[in-house]
Order: sequence, then C-alpha cells, then structure tokens
Amino acid sequence: MTMVVNAQQLTSVRAGRTLFADLDVQVEAGGVLHVQGPNGAGKSTLLRIIAGLLQPLQGQVELFGEPADVDREQWQRRLLFIGHKPGVKSELTALENLELQAGFDGVVIDDPWQLAETVGLLGLEDISAQQLSAGQQRRIALARLWFSPAPLWILDEPFTALDQPGIELLQQRFAEHTGHGGTLILTSHQPLSWQPPQLQQLIIRSPEAHD
Amino acid sequence: MIKASTWQVVKTLMRRDLKVALRRRSDIINPLLFVLMVVSLFPLAVGPGPDVLGRIAAGVIWVTALLAALLGSERLFRDDYLDGSLEQMILLPVPLPVLALAKIAIHWLLSGLPLVILAPLAALLLKLPVEGWSTLLLTLLLGTPILSALTAIGAALTVSLGRGGALLSLLLLPLFIPLLIFAAAAVEGALVGAPVVGQVVLLAGLMVLTLTLAPLAVAGAIRVSVN
Repeated sequence: MTMVVNAQQLTSVRAGRTLFADLDVQVEAGGVLHVQGPNGAGKSTLLRIIAGLLQPLQGQVELFGEPADVDREQWQRRLLFIGHKPGVKSELTALENLELQAGFDGVVIDDPWQLAETVGLLGLEDISAQQLSAGQQRRIALARLWFSPAPLWILDEPFTALDQPGIELLQQRFAEHTGHGGTLILTSHQPLSWQPPQLQQLIIRSPEAHD
Repeated sequence: MIKASTWQVVKTLMRRDLKVALRRRSDIINPLLFVLMVVSLFPLAVGPGPDVLGRIAAGVIWVTALLAALLGSERLFRDDYLDGSLEQMILLPVPLPVLALAKIAIHWLLSGLPLVILAPLAALLLKLPVEGWSTLLLTLLLGTPILSALTAIGAALTVSLGRGGALLSLLLLPLFIPLLIFAAAAVEGALVGAPVVGQVVLLAGLMVLTLTLAPLAVAGAIRVSVN
C-alpha cells in the first residue's frame, strides 16, 4: 500500500498554547483518518498543516512521498481541502458556483443539472447563493466532491449544517471515493454511521490539559 | 490529480471576479460618481475662472483619482477572505503571484480603466487647456495600474484585520506620492509646451517595476493573512 500522508513529529503552538507535540500521522491510500477532539484542541490546525496552509512549528509533512518544498504545485494538484468557510460566492447562483469550481479543478461537468439533483440543489440552481441556507451553501461547496479528480480529500467538519439525509449522502460518496483508492481525512463531532475498512481514529488532546 | 492548466485557472478566476463585480455594479459606479462630485466642487470653491481652474486642474484630477482608489480598496480581498475563496486560491495548483497579478488586472479593469475613460469629462469640468489633455490621459493610463498594484498590497496586508479601512488609507497614500509628483509635473510641462518624455518614461518605468514586484508582495501578504 502506498503511503499518502506521512507527517512526522508535528508540533504546533497557537497563541502561546501547545496544541499538539510530536504528533505522527500516517494514512495509506484508501484509508480514512477521523480526527476527533474537543473544541479548540487543534483539529483544524492539524488539517490546515497537512493541506499546506499552515507551517508547523516543528516536524514535516510528506504527501505521496514528497515534502511540500520540492514541488508545491504537484502537491496541490493532488489534494482537495474544504474548510469551515465554504468558498461559495454569494452573488452567484449554485450552478455558476459549480461551473467555476469545475474550471478550477480542470474538469467540465457533463450534466450540471444531474449534479444539482444528486446533491439536493434541484430547483435552487438559479437563485443567488446568498439567499440559500447555510446547509444549502455547504451542499454547493461539497458538490465538488462529485467531480474533483484529487485523490486526497481533507475536509474540516464536512457535516456542519447538513441535514441527516445530507450526511448519509456524503458518507456514501466517501465510501465510493475510498473504494476507488482515494484517501480521506476529516474531522467531525458525530460518529460516522459508515464503517470504512481502513479507519483510523485520532483523538487530539492538548498536552497541557494533562498537567 | 487535478489537471487544470495555469491559464485555465487564471481565466476561471478572472471570469468569476468579473461576474461577481457585474452583480454589484454600485462598487464600480460609486468611486466614479465620487470623482465627478469632487471635481465639480472645485469650480464652486475657487471660482469658475479658467485661469485658476486650468492651472490646478491636473493636480485636482490626480488627487481625486488617488482618493477614489482608496474608496472600496479594502473590499479587494475582503469578500474572498470572508467566504473562504482566498484560502482556496492559495490551494490552487498555480503560483500565487500569478493569481495576485490576475486580481490586480481585474481591479484595474473595473476601477482604473473607467477612471481613464471618465478623465476627459473631469478635464472639461475643470477647464484644463486642451494642450494638457493627451498628457493627462497618458499619465492616467500609466498611473492607474500602479494604483491598483499598490492598493492590492495594502488590501492583502490588512484583509484579516476587522476594520482596516482607515489604516489602509494611511498605509497607501504615502506610497502614491511619487506617482502624483511625476504625473502632475508631466501635465504641467505639457501646458507650458515643455517636453514631457522624461516624466512619462519614468512613470512607465514605475509601472513596470510595480507590476513586477507587487504580485510577489501580494502573494506573501495573502499567505500571512490567511493563517
């Protein structure tokens, strides 16, 4: 099995507080890493470090066997990160947002209406996103998972604001992705109803909490 | 593996920003109305005589252009920052300075170019003698890209501050001074019939320098701000 994420001895300090120290993370192709921990434990920080948005204080991250400083562009071509903010343009409609996102991912959506139906946005496709609810905006952002060719998905709280059918739908998509050898790192407070064959649980507790 | 080419990503980014801007037209029109209003205040304040107005016209138009550039400058990256697009921009498989240059180009297209187009009307209102018109337009054409590039640096640096508007103005205005000096001197020279090649070439050089280095500074500032 090829190692997709290999992070060694990560240490991160934010605002003078040690979030985690000497943390090792390893995920293989087809694997799922479920990061858990209380609010403020550093889950998002860890995900942002793996995605290359933040530099750890110590340690280094390798994706697909390469550190980021060798060829950053190659790195970024293989990962998809969706954070707390959906990255959806509120002035544009759902379909326009999907089409532009597809442009960034270098793909053309064959049937945007079909995609809108799949992610539960049918009937809302020509309303500007600012008139949609938080959950619907989230669905626009997550629709990217249905066409993105990136093998590594890093999702920070993907279930936020989604209803129960939405959460089920998303987990079905996760199962398809990992079934095809894709890799997934996610944080969430609720347990997954889906049981992936290669699930790792990582629970972050601030080292200072034990003092 | 995401296979988007650099050009495809840049094109998508520019298309998105143009679409968003055209949905909020007031952001484009308000600075232009501001320019027209300020320019039309001067004949009221200093009197409509062509001798005084004509002499200060070029300076007034340039100062107004600088102030108009500050209007809405904090919006340049603010919306992208708030909705998460800025974070996604860093993750695009294209060097960040290239995307920063695309952002600067869009900003110029929506704020600099309309100003150049509006300039003859402002010159007319201020009774700028006709000999100075072509030089004024040339300095604006060379100077507004500099304004966009410097504004982008300031906006990227202050984007994560809650209310960076006033700070941004204080940060940017001193940087505009060299531009103002050369541009005003060129138009003044044209009015008295002196050669203006020197100032114009200097402005062109300044433009090339800013457009080359600003994208690097903007990219660095965005990375810091998104952390």
